[in-house]
Formats: sequence, structure tokens, C-alpha cells
Amino acid sequence: MLRYLPNVTTLELSAEKCNGCGICLQVCPHAVFSLENKKAKIVDRDACMECGACALNCPQGALAVSAGVGCAQAVLIGAIRGKEPSCGCGEDSSCCG
Amino acid sequence: MASQETPWIIGKVITGGGDIPVVDTKLLLADKLGSWKARWGIRRMNYRIVPRLYAVGRPSETSPVFVTANYKMSFDRLRSQLDGIDGWILVLDTKGINVWCAAGKGTFGTDEIVRRVNAVGLHKIVNHRRLIVPQLGAPGVCAHLVKERSDFHVFYGPVRAKDIKTYLQSGMKTTPQMRRVTFTFAERIVLAPVDIVGSLKYALFISACLLLLSGLGSGLYSLDRVAAYGIVNAILLLVAALGGAVLPAALLPWLPGRAFSVKGAWASLLPILGLILLAWQSPGAFRNWYSVTAWLCFIPAVTSFIGMNFTGSSTYTSLSGVKKEMKFAVPTQISVAALGLILWTTGLFV
Repeated sequence: MLRYLPNVTTLELSAEKCNGCGICLQVCPHAVFSLENKKAKIVDRDACMECGACALNCPQGALAVSAGVGCAQAVLIGAIRGKEPSCGCGEDSSCCG
Repeated sequence: MASQETPWIIGKVITGGGDIPVVDTKLLLADKLGSWKARWGIRRMNYRIVPRLYAVGRPSETSPVFVTANYKMSFDRLRSQLDGIDGWILVLDTKGINVWCAAGKGTFGTDEIVRRVNAVGLHKIVNHRRLIVPQLGAPGVCAHLVKERSDFHVFYGPVRAKDIKTYLQSGMKTTPQMRRVTFTFAERIVLAPVDIVGSLKYALFISACLLLLSGLGSGLYSLDRVAAYGIVNAILLLVAALGGAVLPAALLPWLPGRAFSVKGAWASLLPILGLILLAWQSPGAFRNWYSVTAWLCFIPAVTSFIGMNFTGSSTYTSLSGVKKEMKFAVPTQISVAALGLILWTTGLFV
């Protein structure tokens, strides 16, 4: 199993706000969540790639993550232009196959 | 309705919302060739189809609606899995970008779904209010907002189009395995060509510089030195770039470290082995030990940098992680490359 750097994700879950609908389990591509006692729980925090699908789809606003694309080229392009990381796909980039 | 540009349109269905083109579920040679070209970066940014509603089979007002991007490869992946199914395909305008990347940018997103549903008059074409959206579209789509703004209920389907039939048969339920993104050898290696093309553009330029600079040295500029040493230097850089584009992709799980820059640095061992063999077998290919040592710096700097850029193609790297590794990787890559340049330049004049 391929694993990336540990202890970096900005993912936060508020157990108070969670109503246990489970949409986060449906949209997460890395099985970060499970449902226990009708509440979502983060069970594999370091697998989070910060895609932002869970936070965007949580109807309770119980999830927060600083979403972005984990692409070094995007970070470089952003740094050169003095902006936030910006995916150059659609311009002249090699990512986004 | 088939034309030279769209041989995959094989008919039409007449609906309350107008005529809808029916598309083939079999991929033709032209479709496969188009995918192959896009993989090699040939006209990849213009490999797109008209965003609108399409049909497969003989759909009716109760048939399912599949949502996808207008990158032709995404569309082809979907329709090739819909053989024997009657359904509708709602193609969003993602500017020719695939579902997952477009979702990350938000072009495959809530606004575009609502806009496209209204533009094609989907309310008049189907009597249900369900959209099957690929799970990897979720970073751009807010299901409850789509419902609020269009009355359509988003169902997140499987990550891979090949699971669609099982998904439909099981009453639109995904299994944990269907929801999980993978990054297998086959999935990684198809991405190598576009990285090769992407890095060779820069590598060819630097190679040409090394070739020309090799003529410098004591006395006048010498074409003999270009021939004797320049060509070897130019080839070494191309080999390093090729290694950086192919080896991390191929060997990802086996290269030590988690940071892609570290994996990329380890990938330099193979080209370095080649360098040592070359220097040992034909020492005349190099001016002196300075130039050989310079390459011991250049090669890992190049493979580490290109390997680091493979984060953008990978399916599991986070932005926080990429920023963290770049903080140590980029200064290291620059320092090592600068050291190499000093050694290499010294080698020209000693």
C-alpha cells in the first residue's frame, strides 16, 4: 500500500455537528472514515489527500479541510507567480492525465 | 448524424427536449488512437467533445443519467462500459479536463451541473430526478446544493467506469472496493509518456546548452571538444530526464522513502551505475574527474526534481504533504545542481 507523508493533513471532524449520514464515507477515495455509533470517525487520518470532497458534501458542515491538489508543479507555478498553488493543467502542464 | 469528426455518433433519439445523439458503446480504432495520442501529450489539451446530453442504447424517460467530463478519454471510458444499457450521458463543460482534475478546479462542479441540467432541459427528458456522478467528481460537487438548485439527487457512482454495471445491478450501491482509488503499476506506467514528453522539452534545451558549452576550455572555442565531450554530456542529461520520468512511475512502491523527491533521488542509482560503467570502460568520454563528479550531482538533482513532479500525477498525495517535502527538497535539489555546475565548469578549464 502506497502511503504519503504522515501527520500533515488539515482534516478536522466535529463529532458534535455530525449526524451520521455517511456521505463522507461515500465520497472519500482513501477510506479515511468509518461510521461508529451513528457518527463518522476518522480511522485513517494519514491516508487523507485533502481533496475536499467530504467537507464540500457534508450537509452539517461537520468537516473542514484546507483542500488542494497535491501537485509539486502547481506549488512551483504558484510560487513563481506569487499566488496560491495553481494547477497548470489546461495550459502547459504534464499533470492531469 | 455520424460525421468524420464524430464517427462515434450512430443515430438519434427524439425526445420532448429535442433530438439527442446516440453514441456507440464500442470504441473504434480512431478512439483508441486518440487516447494513445493524448497519453503522449499530442493535442491533449484539445481532446474534447461538445458538452451536451447524449444517449446510449434506446433510453426512455425512466433511464439513468450518467454525468461525465468533456475530456474525450473520460467520455470514452464511460460509454465503453455501457454496452447493453439504455441511458443518458450528461457531458459537462470541463474545458477538456478529466473528471478528477476538473473537480479539483471546480469546473466539474455544482454550478456546471445545474447549468447543464437546465441547458439540456433534463427535467423534460426524464421523469425521475437522479444523477449518477462519478465519485471522483465529488471534490467539485456539493450533492445537497445540486438537489436544492436543480431538484436532482446526486448519487455518487464508482471510481472506475468498469464497475458501473455491478453498481446498477446492486441498486446503485457502491462497495468499499469500488470507492477506493488505486495506483497500480498499469495505472502509473500509462502516465509516464506525458511526463517523458513534458520533461524532454526542458531537457533538450539544457542538453543543447551543455553541448555548446563543451566547446569552451583553454584556448579557442573548439568543435573537436564539442564532438569529443559535448555529445556525451547532452546524452547523459537526456538519460537522467528519461530516468526521472520513467523510474519513479514504474518503481514507486519499491523506492525508499515516502516523499517523491526522495524516491526520485533513489531512482538516480540506475543511471549513475551507467555513468560509472561508462567512465570505467571509456574514460576518454570525459575530460577529467571533475566532469564525472559533476554528473554524480546532476543526475540525482534531475531525477529527484522530476520524481517530485510525479506527485501531480499520483492519486494519493496531499497539498500539505507536497508543500512539506518541497521545503527541504527544492533547496537541496538546487544546491546539489549548483555544486554540479561548479564542478562541471571547473572541469572545462583545468
